Amino acid sequence: MSLETHPARSSPQDKLVTMANQIARFMESKPYAEGREGLASHINDFWEPRMRRQLFDMLDAGGAGLRPLVIDAAPLIRRPSA
Amino acid sequence: MKDFIIPDRDFGTPAAKSKVMVTLTIDGFDVTVPEGTSIMRAAAEAGISVPKLCATDSVDAFGSCRLCLVEIEGRSGTPASCTTPVAAGLKVSTQNDRLKKLRRGVMELYISDHPLDCLTCSANGDCELQDMAGAVGLRDVRYEAVETHFRAKNTSGEDNPHWVPKDDSNPYFTYDPAKCIVCSRCVRACEEVQGTFALTIEGRGFDSRVSFGAKTDTALTSDCVSCGACVQACPTATLQENSIIDIGTPERSVITTCAYCGVGCSFKAEMRGDELVRMVPYKHGKANRGHSCVKGRFAYGYATHKDRILKPMIREAITDPWREVSWGEAMEFAANRMRGIQEQYGRQSVGVITSSRCTNEEAYLVQKLTRAVFLNNNTDTCARVCHSPTGYGLGQTFGTSAGTQDFDSVEETDVVIVIGANPVNGHPVFASRLRKRLRQGAKLIVIDPRRTEMVEGPHYKACHHLALKPGTNVAIVSAMAHVIVTEGLMDEAFIRARCDWDAFQDYAEFIAAPHHAPEAVELLTGVPAAEVRAAARLFAKGGNGAIYYGLGVTEHSQGSTTVIAIANLAMLTGNIGRPGVGVNPLRGQNNVQGSCDMGSFPHELPGYRHVKLDDARAVFERVWGVQIDNEPGLRIPNMLDAAVEGTFKGLYCQGEDILQSDPDTKHVAAGLAAMDCVIVHDLFLNETANYAHVFFPGSTFLEKDGTFTNAERRINRVRKVMAPKQGYADWEVTQLFANAMLAKTGGATWGYTHPSHIMDEIALTTPSFAGVSYERLETLGSVQWPCNEANPEGTPLMHVDGFVRGKGRFIRTEYVATDEKTGPRFPLLLTTGRILSQYNVGAQTRRTANVIWHAEDVLEVHPHDAEVRGIRDGDWVRLASRSGETTLRAEITDKVSPGVVYTTFHHPETQANVITTDFSDWATNCPEYKVTAVQVSPSNGPSEWQEDYAGQAALARRILPAAE
Ligand code: SF4
Ligand code: SF4
Ligand code: SF4
Ligand code: FES
Repeated sequence: MSLETHPARSSPQDKLVTMANQIARFMESKPYAEGREGLASHINDFWEPRMRRQLFDMLDAGGAGLRPLVIDAAPLIRRPSA
Repeated sequence: MKDFIIPDRDFGTPAAKSKVMVTLTIDGFDVTVPEGTSIMRAAAEAGISVPKLCATDSVDAFGSCRLCLVEIEGRSGTPASCTTPVAAGLKVSTQNDRLKKLRRGVMELYISDHPLDCLTCSANGDCELQDMAGAVGLRDVRYEAVETHFRAKNTSGEDNPHWVPKDDSNPYFTYDPAKCIVCSRCVRACEEVQGTFALTIEGRGFDSRVSFGAKTDTALTSDCVSCGACVQACPTATLQENSIIDIGTPERSVITTCAYCGVGCSFKAEMRGDELVRMVPYKHGKANRGHSCVKGRFAYGYATHKDRILKPMIREAITDPWREVSWGEAMEFAANRMRGIQEQYGRQSVGVITSSRCTNEEAYLVQKLTRAVFLNNNTDTCARVCHSPTGYGLGQTFGTSAGTQDFDSVEETDVVIVIGANPVNGHPVFASRLRKRLRQGAKLIVIDPRRTEMVEGPHYKACHHLALKPGTNVAIVSAMAHVIVTEGLMDEAFIRARCDWDAFQDYAEFIAAPHHAPEAVELLTGVPAAEVRAAARLFAKGGNGAIYYGLGVTEHSQGSTTVIAIANLAMLTGNIGRPGVGVNPLRGQNNVQGSCDMGSFPHELPGYRHVKLDDARAVFERVWGVQIDNEPGLRIPNMLDAAVEGTFKGLYCQGEDILQSDPDTKHVAAGLAAMDCVIVHDLFLNETANYAHVFFPGSTFLEKDGTFTNAERRINRVRKVMAPKQGYADWEVTQLFANAMLAKTGGATWGYTHPSHIMDEIALTTPSFAGVSYERLETLGSVQWPCNEANPEGTPLMHVDGFVRGKGRFIRTEYVATDEKTGPRFPLLLTTGRILSQYNVGAQTRRTANVIWHAEDVLEVHPHDAEVRGIRDGDWVRLASRSGETTLRAEITDKVSPGVVYTTFHHPETQANVITTDFSDWATNCPEYKVTAVQVSPSNGPSEWQEDYAGQAALARRILPAAE
């Protein structure tokens, strides 16, 4: 079995980064405000609280690896109640 | 075969489509019929059955038997009524002394070359030759035929050269040439209805006989795909279902719906007692119009297969053997565990997976279980892994995820794009209807990495096959849109009237950019730019344009974007809102549409209403008497991630085998292994059950009432034809479990006594189903949602006067390459698909005689790639990706392009999903099954993982002998 690291074997955090960035890549083709808003509402609508909590943990820690649009959209993403 | 149960009258020839009506007189009665109708059919409409043998209303008349002669006043001779069209004012007589004599003469000739073994013939009581002999009053046969086709030896004991032995190579039907009357109904059915052209009439005159292609071909080795249309058309015992030969004729029939694919064919389940004798596609079924494929007609044997589990089972740990228990004990055990988990780990720590194989009513109850009993939104369905991008993409552009047309629409299509779908294998009955239209001259564009069976067939060939590199759908469809916009081929009037003009202008500016041009993307896609341009022009200007697509579109990291691109293309060309056009997702399993409609997704309630919407929740809160969570719940991949993290501990999984069907098998296995209570509710101990603590045996579609919703949004009834072998229909099992849970929490228990009550609740809560009830389905046969006050008979075509969302919305579709890339270690791209005779993960079809057509999954490799690796046809090869590896046999073929390999995923031994990664669609996390970078190399046999897995599975499947 290969020892190569790959998202198929990656940590939950890496997966979330990949997923958020994928959404960002789609939204980046739109005008900035629409894309930012679109990204936030997509995450609000489809990501359950546990995932959003993990996303905020990463954002609060500086958002390493996240595309700028994700970071820009953060204030529009609903922070799950504790 | 004639119908003697429900009088489904055979009108002899197909209905004429003309709107011009013609009146004539038959036997003194005035009859008014559409122009182009045959005299035979006109007579039948008037209630007069003219004797006939070679005519049947599923195929065009041929006029060979001369039994249907009539007289027409003022015309000489006795024309065949099946081939003579009506004309205004004709005076026809169907019965007089001259006709009687002629018909008897015809029958005498037939009977003289036919064995008179009616009493022991398998068609006894169900034979049109027998009936006609009776109808024409045949009393004796004056000729003693010297030469016959039915005597194996002549009177001197020598072999009869005209006698041909039975062909019983097909597992489901037998061809007995001794009984053939050479009416060619079978040949015409194979050509006109099925479109396979496997049968021919060989030879002339007395020598002519039906043959499966070349002389040496048997039914099995020929092109025959075993659809059974010929068997159904045959008036005698020549082509006969083996089940009729084994059992005898049926005594009653029940109309029901196929439980295999999203076409949703209607069938008559023909019964004797509670034994199913045969399935006959129902002529009035609006999805299939009397046709079917091998799965629906023949592959129902799994219902009585010995592997079926009929008793509930439990075990403490997945390392223990199973213990058979009573339903009560199983419920108590399961409810205790689930309740315990929720008490310890919280409300969100359990969830459900609904099935696209089960009925609407069952899916509704399972999502209700999680929303109203577990009190969370942790529900998902395997539709996640196939069509969730359709929901997103069409929802964003059109305002609803619904496919826009009915299947009849294809009859008015001029140009068809088939993208990422292989209906010949996946949706065979639709493919037959499409091929029929293509033979009539409609144009076809296929967009698929592989040269699928759709690309070319008898008497048609695609104008363009865009054999793109896997993963570049968005680039190709956007390039077509680029051509249409920059060459000014769009339907501006439509766009101005029906779409959001600002959004269009934004899109037009975006798509006109040079980097979308076919020339610019040629390197990415591998498709010559000229081909793309020609295809785009054809689609834009070729008349009614329809797009049909499948999992090859959705199962990509840009699945949702491709669906949007397709919707853009349809809007650009004005191909929405009338017959013959539209955007048509071909759904995989029988009830993918229904399970999505029923609120199986974690973010939306039945009828696609987001859980964040207060008024939507309020509707259900009122009816269910609970408070509904306003946050989206966990999707399948999230459940597994959370399980590995330790926060998700219990799962009720109905009719799904996520271990086999979901990507990245090892991750699924790790997630399941981390749970404390996995409840599997299925017919067989499936792969997921290896990790289960509770097994609820399931019922088959023959054993329950309910509804399925097919790919055209058609709600079809499923009817119970026999009692559930394990005691309960699946909806009852879910209810038992819900009530066991509710007994512990003190909630009000459920009290459904029939699935119709569940449908009533669906209608009460879900606007698009408001008009649906079992009574309505009884009267209309089926209905396409939305069915409500505005559309009491349902809605065959969507977006006729306006889009559901108001104005159609164009959305930019930027191509983003998948992260899954080839490199030196994994230089090939693997893509996956399905074949005709097997279904999904194969749990059912593998337990029928269908295995004769597909005993194992094979890997298709291009000759060039095979040669450089030293691989020969039939060799074992090792298939490895970054995720894992497996072994299977290679098939060397140029159906795939160099650099691409292809396999199916029907057999658990192959474990193709050990290979696939967990990349997924950006919007819906639908897994990217269709692109995985792999390497292929020679191998000696099964991989370590396959052997370990087989060992684990064998252990996990042990069942303790019942304690007496
Ligand atoms: S079973 Fe279907 S494909 Fe085969 S010969 Fe008959 S009609 Fe043709
Ligand atoms: S096999 Fe049946 S349908 Fe075909 S020609 Fe013979 S009798 Fe007619
Ligand atoms: S599998 Fe599909 S095409 Fe075949 S009979 Fe069933 S519904 Fe029809
Ligand atoms: S039924 Fe008309 S010629 Fe045979």
